[in-house]
Amino acid sequence: MKAWTWLAPRLMSGLVLAAPVFAADLPTAERARELQNLLIQDCGSCHGLKMRGGLGPGLLPEQLSSRSPEYLTTIILYGKPGSAMPAWRGLLTPSEARWIAQRLLEGPDS
Amino acid sequence: MKRCLLFVALLISASTLQARGTGDLGVLIERASSSVQIVETSNNTSLKRVAGLGDLSHASVVYSRDARYAYVFGRDGGLSKVDLLDGSIAARRLQSGNSIGGAISQDGRLIAVSNYDPGGVRVFDAHSLEPVADIPATYGDDRARSKVIGLVDAPDDRFVFALWDAGEIWVLDMSDRDRPQVTRYRNIGRQPYDALITGDGRYYIAGLFGEDGMALLDLWNPDRGVRRILSGYGRGEQKLPVYKMPHLEGWAVAGNYAFVPAIGRHEVLLIDMQNWTEAGRIAVHGQPIFVMARPDGRQVWVNFALPDNDTIEVIDTQSLEIVHRLRPGKGVLHMEFEPRGEEVWLSVRDENRVEVYDTRSFERKAAIPASKPSGIFFTARAHRIGL
Repeated sequence: MKAWTWLAPRLMSGLVLAAPVFAADLPTAERARELQNLLIQDCGSCHGLKMRGGLGPGLLPEQLSSRSPEYLTTIILYGKPGSAMPAWRGLLTPSEARWIAQRLLEGPDS
Repeated sequence: MKRCLLFVALLISASTLQARGTGDLGVLIERASSSVQIVETSNNTSLKRVAGLGDLSHASVVYSRDARYAYVFGRDGGLSKVDLLDGSIAARRLQSGNSIGGAISQDGRLIAVSNYDPGGVRVFDAHSLEPVADIPATYGDDRARSKVIGLVDAPDDRFVFALWDAGEIWVLDMSDRDRPQVTRYRNIGRQPYDALITGDGRYYIAGLFGEDGMALLDLWNPDRGVRRILSGYGRGEQKLPVYKMPHLEGWAVAGNYAFVPAIGRHEVLLIDMQNWTEAGRIAVHGQPIFVMARPDGRQVWVNFALPDNDTIEVIDTQSLEIVHRLRPGKGVLHMEFEPRGEEVWLSVRDENRVEVYDTRSFERKAAIPASKPSGIFFTARAHRIGL
């Protein structure tokens, strides 16, 4: 429910259209809640619950301004060799990774 | 009239601050709401919530030697001194931009904090939290600063820590607080991710993320340097993605064996502490995060990384078999044994509660509501080296 309260206005304002995520690929409301929790709590273990960084770099929108959603999606899915960033493709589908990338670019308070 | 008011004020303060010991108290971290709960283990209840502690993403706690004050180390560099008796914040200081943990000195007079940003260790007076020493973790020709992890206290008023980016272990001698002395050990291995010190304060062991193996420093024989143990315990095999860094701090010793999490594998490693070689492996349910011994060493409890973080397994240290499996719920992040081990507390983050189990019957004894609970820390830590 909560996910839709922020997703719906963005869908209408066309913000989400900036990324080629099709409606059919969007997670269900329940899955969106799980992904949101994973983003804050599990990504947050290394990047900080407020995405200000930790063992991993900060992921606030201003720190990601030069990164495309495609780049972030790839890093999420395949990890970053030589660093502690794992490949999440065993737990996330490409469209779910894309959803998280988009969420990061919009900022934790959006 | 004045005297009467004073009397009333005394009465009020007496009722809010009743005399009580702190030996059965503890703190649980509510990581998403900048708060902790003060709890007690005699009746398994929550006494108070203390708010306003900043970003507690990866918060940890050490205790003053009188076990009255909890020093809470927050992710945002916040260092807070919480009075367990009245729930007040006795002192607080934002000491860096990003920190990961801390330690209290042997004599209880100094608090050291390990920082990611700016990378290094800062030392404060335990009473006032006034700064005492700043040790930047610089390395290489360009004097870059490394993130610091695995900070522990050691006998003789020393602190020991490891440098994630630099692959070094440093020993900081604070016996003369005006002249901090650092001994550096270089090339200890790639990306040390956490470390532990044995309960006798003799061995410091850092786990390595960038390669298989661990780095061992014998603090009774520091001149012998750091040596590598368990090299290549999984060389040649594909490592699993590590969704969460294991912790070594709560490590488990039973008899001559140490139990440690294998990184990137569904195994607990068994180390023979006589010669520091691998003595075996125990297959477990997922990638272990905490591998903790009940205080008597008879059981070892293990929790796991995603996607298996709803489960706990209990290993019998005599038979080396898994004797029990619990499923408390999603996001079991931390466990803490009561001082003599008859009960254990588990934080179940995604269920927003902390559960207490009997370690003999495995029966659930209590459930305490908590907002996204993570670390649980009891005051018995006040009197143990390395905690």
